[in-house]
Amino acid sequence: MHKLAKLYSVFIYIFLYLPIIVLIIYSFNASKYASTWQGVTLDWYKKLFSNNLLITSTQNSLLIATLSASIATLIGTISALGLYNYRFKARKAFSSIVYVLVISPDIIMGISLLILFNFMHIKLGFYTLLLAHITLNLPFIIIIVISRLKSFNKNLIEAARDLGANEWTIFKEIILPLILPGVISGWLLAFTLSLDDVVISFFVTGPNFEVLPLTLLSMARLGVKPEINALCSLLFIVTLILIFISHLIFRKKA
Amino acid sequence: MLIPNIGILVISFLEREEANFVKFVFTLSNYKKLFSAMYVKVFLKTFGIALYVTFICLLLSYPFVYVISQTIKNKGIKDFLLILVIIPFWTSSLIRTYAMMIVLRANGLLNNSLLALGLISEPLELLYNWFAVSIGLIYSLLPFMILPLYTAFEKLDHDYIKAAQDLGAGKFRVFLEIIIPLTISGIAAGCILVFLSTLGIFYIPELLGGSKELLIGNLIKNQFLVARDWPFGSAISTILTILIIILMAVYARVQKNTNRVMV
Repeated sequence: MHKLAKLYSVFIYIFLYLPIIVLIIYSFNASKYASTWQGVTLDWYKKLFSNNLLITSTQNSLLIATLSASIATLIGTISALGLYNYRFKARKAFSSIVYVLVISPDIIMGISLLILFNFMHIKLGFYTLLLAHITLNLPFIIIIVISRLKSFNKNLIEAARDLGANEWTIFKEIILPLILPGVISGWLLAFTLSLDDVVISFFVTGPNFEVLPLTLLSMARLGVKPEINALCSLLFIVTLILIFISHLIFRKKA
Repeated sequence: MLIPNIGILVISFLEREEANFVKFVFTLSNYKKLFSAMYVKVFLKTFGIALYVTFICLLLSYPFVYVISQTIKNKGIKDFLLILVIIPFWTSSLIRTYAMMIVLRANGLLNNSLLALGLISEPLELLYNWFAVSIGLIYSLLPFMILPLYTAFEKLDHDYIKAAQDLGAGKFRVFLEIIIPLTISGIAAGCILVFLSTLGIFYIPELLGGSKELLIGNLIKNQFLVARDWPFGSAISTILTILIIILMAVYARVQKNTNRVMV
């Protein structure tokens, strides 16, 4: 029974990883038709770096991900502190809205924002995409920072106040260092969410501001191609690095 | 953040117009259109496949989570195994869907292995059908089921299990009457996450099902970007939003009941 149970979990891991491993192996395959193996090559990776469309959309994606993650982290942290520290009337309603936003399908947020932008006569492109991604990231940051705030001892703040610290000192010396790991991992999650988002970007970006997932989607629609294998492998490595950083930060604190 | 949702609700009762997408005239025709045979079929098909995918994900995840969270004592190994689940969770599901295309296509890994083993004589049509769509959805959404279940299993209080065993409950009874009720909040959270995600991801049916297999997500997308019928697209999303609210209410209830069990 015990052996069987272990074997079963190995099977689940194989199911989760096999396609990704196959993808990475094929990205080095010299044959254009992935059914046969014709030796190792880096040609597909070289081809990626000479594809202007891909380079532009990668730059766009990185710009949007960095900006939206940073702005959302700033606003999200402030909102989390507010939600945690002050008891106001709409507090409960506000918290449930945050959870509903996390759980509801992206497509609803995508079309809601499309309608909103259209009514306000904002042209679709960089700014609409940025606003949409901030909206996408915000609830995640709020939840992560709040759970970090809930996990530490409130007496620390009381003690500091008794010793004569003012609000700013309390924030700078106690709250900020304690929530920092949460803030950083929130930023990393937001960055990844933004970089990977297909559905929302699909609705709110204009034809002159293409992002990587959308380029990837339109390429993948035409079928399997070695360049896409290489691109996806690279993106997977980036994700691995981000998880690794996030893990290191959390581990140090725990 | 609520304003856009109200926007959808309002538009769903309006008429369609070419230039500005909507005309401010009240109508119920969008909802009437929804109840025509063709669209009801898409709805039923979507819910069918979403339920199926959710059920399979739960079936695959539950024993798996049980094994990694309950039978492994070494904390280092446990953390490592958890990270192995978090990696696919963080990886873009578009990339993972594309990886699935490679495995399933005519001269892909699965067909070639089956051919080599002599189990089949010619490649199977694995891609561009319902089979591929459901495999792709299960593959993409499995971590969304595993992680909430893992959290629930980590909170599991072993004293209850011991007490039940001491009182003479068999393995099966302990599982059915102690373990399942105590992890129900994880089950509910995982199921809701998987179910709702299935409704929205339009690119998985597109990439793995070809152009012919439509789900609600594709229908909404097409109404907004291809057919340019915003009011009708809004009506579909309104129905979806109502569904989400109902599911959340059910979830809140389950949570409340679990808390009562715990106290």
